[in-house]
Amino acid sequence: MSIEIEHPDRSAVPPREEVLAVRGVSARLGGRQVLSDIDFSISAGEFTGLIGSNGAGKTTLLRVILGSAARSAGSVLVGGAPRSRRNPLIGYVPQKFALDPDLPLRARDLVSLGIDGQRLGFSLPSTARRRAVQEMLDAVGAAELADARVGELSGGEQQRVLIGHALISRPRLLLLDEPLANLDLRSAGEVVSLVARVAREQRVAVLISAHEINPLLPVMDRVVYLAGGRAVHGRAEDVVRGDVLSRLYGHHVDVLRVHGRVLVVAGVGDERTGTHAASDCDPKTSPPTQSVEVLG
Amino acid sequence: MFSSFMVNAWIVGTIVAVVAGAVGFFVVARGSSFAAHALPNGSFAGAAGAALIGIDTLIGLAVCSVLGAVSIALLGRRGRHDVATALVLVLMLALGSLFLSLSSQYAPAVYSLLFGEILGIGSGELAPTAGLAAASLLGLALLYRPLLLSSVLPEVARARGIGDVAIELGFLIVVALTAAMTIPVVGTLLVFTVMIGAPAAARSVVSRPAHAIALSVAIALATVWGAIALSYDTNYPVGFYVGTISAGCYLLGRLAGARRGSARAPRAAATALET
Amino acid sequence: MTVLHHIVEPGFFGSAPVHRALLVGTIAALVAGPLGVFTVLRGQSFAGEALGDIGTTGGSGAYLVGVGPLWGFLVFNVAAVTVMELIGVQRRRGRDLATGVVLGSGLGLAALFLYLDATHQSTTGTTVTVLFGSLFSVSATTVPIAIGVAAAVLALLLVVGRPLLLACTNAELASARGIPVRLVGYVYLLALSLAVALCALTIGSILSTALLVGPAASALRVSSRPGPAIAAAAVLGVAATWVGVLLAYDSYAWPPHGQGWPLSFFVVSLVLVIYLACGAVSHVARGRRAAPTLVAG
Repeated sequence: MSIEIEHPDRSAVPPREEVLAVRGVSARLGGRQVLSDIDFSISAGEFTGLIGSNGAGKTTLLRVILGSAARSAGSVLVGGAPRSRRNPLIGYVPQKFALDPDLPLRARDLVSLGIDGQRLGFSLPSTARRRAVQEMLDAVGAAELADARVGELSGGEQQRVLIGHALISRPRLLLLDEPLANLDLRSAGEVVSLVARVAREQRVAVLISAHEINPLLPVMDRVVYLAGGRAVHGRAEDVVRGDVLSRLYGHHVDVLRVHGRVLVVAGVGDERTGTHAASDCDPKTSPPTQSVEVLG
Repeated sequence: MFSSFMVNAWIVGTIVAVVAGAVGFFVVARGSSFAAHALPNGSFAGAAGAALIGIDTLIGLAVCSVLGAVSIALLGRRGRHDVATALVLVLMLALGSLFLSLSSQYAPAVYSLLFGEILGIGSGELAPTAGLAAASLLGLALLYRPLLLSSVLPEVARARGIGDVAIELGFLIVVALTAAMTIPVVGTLLVFTVMIGAPAAARSVVSRPAHAIALSVAIALATVWGAIALSYDTNYPVGFYVGTISAGCYLLGRLAGARRGSARAPRAAATALET
Repeated sequence: MTVLHHIVEPGFFGSAPVHRALLVGTIAALVAGPLGVFTVLRGQSFAGEALGDIGTTGGSGAYLVGVGPLWGFLVFNVAAVTVMELIGVQRRRGRDLATGVVLGSGLGLAALFLYLDATHQSTTGTTVTVLFGSLFSVSATTVPIAIGVAAAVLALLLVVGRPLLLACTNAELASARGIPVRLVGYVYLLALSLAVALCALTIGSILSTALLVGPAASALRVSSRPGPAIAAAAVLGVAATWVGVLLAYDSYAWPPHGQGWPLSFFVVSLVLVIYLACGAVSHVARGRRAAPTLVAG
């Protein structure tokens, strides 16, 4: 069951073009129902956060959107048409990537590969290509890294290059799988501002998955909140509320706002929803009824 | 050294070095050392079988290499080295020894198939070698972009619709064809020294893919030419020189890479996945 | 009576080379079984294969110096594992590339040695003997050496067997108990180098891994407890070797006459057949018990 939270004023704004429409998507993984009837859409230029704790199904949902995981029900429309194998309208930045330090590939080369890396043959250098690559490198703040080997860059620098690689093919939607997972709060904030800025400049919608909502709050237009395989979506102030999330989780949840940060706290519960990264409480070992879980 | 009966050796050696240097770039980039062991073993059995039946060994090599490549790609065990496959590979070697023992040329044939035989390259080899080379280079040129992307960022490649299995299959076939034409020169046991040493050295020195391929080809040429010349002079086997020179190039490359590394402190990747 | 003659060609039991072959083969299989089990459990099959290539160089060089190939296998293998231990060949990706190249140069050296053997020493057929083995041609003097080596391996195993098992399954617990894990690892590598040398003598250097890993992996598919697996591996290895010797002897009567098929071919084929059979057995029994999955190397 999926809940769309409408803001009262939205009817006055003309509907914008839908870049991504996820309709009634369900998915099973290893005999388990991971996603149930997920329903949401992303309009052009929107910044959407996909929030959920580990195991909530974020990666599965992203994979279903990309087509690398099968869905048992529902449909995914990209730019109004059913998704195709090549996903030309989607730029993707994976969570895990391993770049060999000895790999003879500069940041510049990796971004250049983003233009047409999926096509057969090889590309000849041209001024137009060089210019496009340089502009993208400037946009993602990787200009001074351009001639360094990608394998020798730091994790954050590599991420920037990968974002450039994803954006240079002019997608309508940029998908980022947990880019903030291993970053401290400040770096996370930097990545988020970068993505928001570049996306705005390039007029690209963004779907970014995370288990911490706070770094995304300043830039998010809408949020898809995933728990127990079900989702709620809408604007942050409409979704991240005690009553809404309680309905989603199936047990009582409080939302606390402390100094502009949001804390989602579960009290006594009859349903486990998984451990949040911000807390160090493990559902398998902590006593089921007495602990207070920080969920988001 | 450049007499008429050596000309064939020079021409074939040159062709082989160019292709092995180019294809080897991707063998190293993808870490395909399992295929490195698998394909030549199968080729050994194929060549031995061909010698037994009496057909051209190059045909036996090419056919068995490609069959081996298809099996490896379809069984999908890239990088994983399980016992059944290891035993099958050893069986291929033993089968080759059986075939050769049944033919009349046991000992010399074993030696030349395993370690290469420059003087055994007749003018009849030129055309098939050139054909195999053209096919390999064409395949490589066609696959270049998706192969590079799927070697570096496999998940992103998949999201872009690049089929894992199709690319791996195409690549392994190219490797198989390259191995088939290289084996008569350096032998099955040393094929991959040529395909690994030169690109491994090159990648430590230059940082662009196109330059790395070019340098790899240059180093491979130097290796094979040097080996042919030295072998002609001293009568020692070509395989010995190829093995030694490749190892030497690799070590020099690592030294150059270490100097590059100390000049700029290498920074670790965010997460590491083993392939 | 003729049926029996077809299975066991006449003269089998009385032939001295057959006796030596059976003896050496049995010794090698008895030693390879336990070592193989440890190797698979430790995931170090790569070391076994590398030692096969190194043995090629050693065996080829032995003829130059005028000694039998077994000495070459022994000396080079022991030296190699000592170097391996000192360098600490553990990291995977760099290891693949570096060892590939280094082994390549070792094989190139083997090519040179074999060439020199043929031209300077005028020993014929060294390539085949070293690489593919020729168990029927084992000299009488080699046999006591092989026995000695096997005894050394078994002695080493008796000393480190238990701590080795513990270190395989739980390295931290092992060090917590005061077991010198690194030293134990080195002793294991020493035992391995000796065992691979014996396997190389039996079926040839580049085929030696089959005898090391095959019976052990087969045994582990059927039993996941180390003790029974070790016993089973030894039995399976000995069985493969005996039947291999028998078939190789019989093959002298097969076409082409008087030549015989390579013994190593039979042993390797039997090892593979046994492995597949054990796989089938464990597959059938899987309903009752989860079969251990093995990733070698």
